[in-house]
Amino acid sequence: MADTRVYAALLRAGMAGQATYRASFAVELVGTAMGMGLDFVEIFAVFHQVPSIAGLSFVEVVLVFAIASTGFATADLLVGQSDAVIRHVRDGTFDVVLLRPLSVLGQLAAADVQLRRLGRVSVSLLLLVVALVRLDLDWTPARAAMAVLAPIAATVVFGALFVAAGGIAFWVVDATEVTSALTYGSAYLAQWPTGVLTPVLARFFTFVIPAAFTGYLPALALLGKPDPTGLPDWLPWAAPLAAVAAAVAAGLVWRSGVRHYVGAGG
Amino acid sequence: MRAGFRRYAIYRRATLAGAFTNTVFGVIRVSIFFAAADAAGGSVAGYDRAALSTYTWVGQGLIAVVWLFAWTPVTLRVRSGDVAIDLGRPVHPIAAWLAEDIGRAGQACLIRFIGPLLVGGLLCGLQVPTRWTTLPLFLLSAALAVVVSFGGRVLVSLIAFWLVDVRGVLTLYVLTSNVLCGLLVPVHFLPGWAQAFAYATPFPSMLQVPLDMATERYGDAESVALLAMQVGWAAVLLAVAVRVFDRGTRKLVLQGG
Amino acid sequence: MSEPGSTQREREMIVEIEDLSRHFVVRRSVGRLRREKRVVRAVDGISFTVGKGECVGYIGANGAGKSTTIKMLTGILVPTSGRVRVCGLEPVRQRRELARRIGVVFGQRSQLWWDLPLAESFRLLAAIHRLPAERAAARLERCVELLDIGPFLDTPVRQLSLGQRMRGEVTAALLHSPELLLLDEPTVGLDIVSKEALRAFLSAERAETGTTILLTTHDLPDIERLSDRVVVVDGGRVVHTGTLSGLAAEAGVDRVLTVELTAPAEPLGDVPGTRLLSVEAGGLRQHLALTGSAAAAVAAVSARTELRDLTIAEPDIEDVVARLYRRAAATRSSTVD
Repeated sequence: MADTRVYAALLRAGMAGQATYRASFAVELVGTAMGMGLDFVEIFAVFHQVPSIAGLSFVEVVLVFAIASTGFATADLLVGQSDAVIRHVRDGTFDVVLLRPLSVLGQLAAADVQLRRLGRVSVSLLLLVVALVRLDLDWTPARAAMAVLAPIAATVVFGALFVAAGGIAFWVVDATEVTSALTYGSAYLAQWPTGVLTPVLARFFTFVIPAAFTGYLPALALLGKPDPTGLPDWLPWAAPLAAVAAAVAAGLVWRSGVRHYVGAGG
Repeated sequence: MRAGFRRYAIYRRATLAGAFTNTVFGVIRVSIFFAAADAAGGSVAGYDRAALSTYTWVGQGLIAVVWLFAWTPVTLRVRSGDVAIDLGRPVHPIAAWLAEDIGRAGQACLIRFIGPLLVGGLLCGLQVPTRWTTLPLFLLSAALAVVVSFGGRVLVSLIAFWLVDVRGVLTLYVLTSNVLCGLLVPVHFLPGWAQAFAYATPFPSMLQVPLDMATERYGDAESVALLAMQVGWAAVLLAVAVRVFDRGTRKLVLQGG
Repeated sequence: MSEPGSTQREREMIVEIEDLSRHFVVRRSVGRLRREKRVVRAVDGISFTVGKGECVGYIGANGAGKSTTIKMLTGILVPTSGRVRVCGLEPVRQRRELARRIGVVFGQRSQLWWDLPLAESFRLLAAIHRLPAERAAARLERCVELLDIGPFLDTPVRQLSLGQRMRGEVTAALLHSPELLLLDEPTVGLDIVSKEALRAFLSAERAETGTTILLTTHDLPDIERLSDRVVVVDGGRVVHTGTLSGLAAEAGVDRVLTVELTAPAEPLGDVPGTRLLSVEAGGLRQHLALTGSAAAAVAAVSARTELRDLTIAEPDIEDVVARLYRRAAATRSSTVD
């Protein structure tokens, strides 16, 4: 698609704006990596007190954390600026996006790519590799495939959350903090076994907002462990499907959002 | 102080939304702690389920009051030069800003503290205080925590006199404080050496200490000692802040800023 | 209100608007609890067409519905009712395809990349419109020459003056040789020199490439220079279509030349290119309606008598519209049964 070259050009333009402040960019890279360290400290501190949470050991929870964190950080890198929608609408610069022969989402994503998220992405990937090695898993071709697909599926799910939040922003401009709470809250709880939540909430964050599919369930698949709350054994392997479903749903929310903007007159 | 109260009262919608965020995170956090307690056989690091619930929900409520997030009003004033106006007033700027911050904290008490506390209480149940001293100790400690937090925040902000881009330092400060003040996990969860390190800093005085009051972790005598520690940190931070501020403004005046 | 003549029907219609409406619901808090709802009819049933190669001026006072119409033509806004086709496409549904065939210049909004040098914006747009390098370069070369944007090609857009930016915007809009160029108040806030440069360029561009132009403005000289036809809109409705001179004739507005003479003189009733309107102070000040060029009229007057001072008053668009209404009202009342 010739359009990909165009998005690449837009991406470069977006990055050109960011890389100009090289020193503070380096600081931001470190900052986001450290932010991830914060979440890791929490896991470490809890496991300093107890040997297992919801049936998983420290390294196993780190695996959950690493997959979810990689997915979240990558999604944040690519489409993390759903609040950019609000900014554009307020500044009146959103119409320009509509005047170009390109997809609205593509333009927004390319223009606002968050390079500084690379800090968190790289540390998460590193942690993922370390955890996989430490766990000395029983590798099968299916598990190997899952190890690769899981972070990708996680990225798609979190990306879907961001895009959906952006779409909602077209309808209710002030909803940003609420959608952020749900998005970042989902990211937070995705780092832990879903079993810590009450059954109602756990089901919500598995089937409504598929946070469980971003870390916990793929980890179960890799570990070969059953889910203590009684979910079927094949469910963890459905992570890629969940990701696709989330993406489709998010796409619909986004499109209805853009349609609403065009219908209401901005 | 009244100005600070009024200004933050205007952001009612934002406050409600913030309370929602705190509540969501509170639910997740308390769930993790409960799971830990279950795994440890009922209580972890001296906290049983009720204590953990109290710890989490009072904590979530206090975050906005004590303000453990990024805080930029002072850096912005220094950057823009508006600080010169503050200098012209009869009260020392640090005192004026402290009064404003207390006003802000008071305002936050209404929605952002009561809100998550109510929800959490209804959802998870809270620990009922067994001593009459608990409430006054808690209130006093919380008020002191606001001052200590202000002291830390203003000190970090004053770096703006010397550094152009304060963002990196500010981020580092927020991250460090979040770990050491007991926001992420109770300080008591951390390994021994980390706990010792934490108490050598003012951070636990910003959150952990009032939370310890609320969960009745210590007896009255020890609690009063902790209050004294908070007072000490507050005094130290404010004194240093005043010193640093005077140094900074002198530099500003000399440079014609 | 459609144009008569077979030429219009034979020509390909670039813009077709039929009974187009756009309503906004405005909610206002009245008192403490009640909310008042009001429907604002920004555009209320307008119809007109623009043929290929035409230049149509779309004029009206502020708030008359011009910008709303343009938004509906570009697909940024959905009509409440009515039919709109641009280049044969439906603007909202076929937004991306339409974006390749039209160029838009907004007076108040920029389509350029704010932080990047102007040249970079052109490069990005060339990539977006998939222009072959030589074509893009050739178009750019031409615009650089005619609009004199060479000196600031490397300046970030946010540092450009309004006049420089507008020239950049027009270049950007025409880079991909669109069939239709839409301009929404392009000369607002510009100095006389920039305005003239822009008008000259658009004129030349149209002569060379036959691009269709639809131009909204509340500045009549823009129309004079560029358009074949005008559509006057007020309160969301079309109140007049026709040529500009026809408009002046129908609305009866004139450019008025007021001359102050050094000594009272006879009424200047026979100056070529003018029509005497009135005489004041016994002939010391005289008002002449201009039917031709102002410069020629001034020369003619000073040939007859000594001038101390002069002013030229341009007709106001509000004036024009008001007169149109009065005329329409008069016509209506005279045709009442």
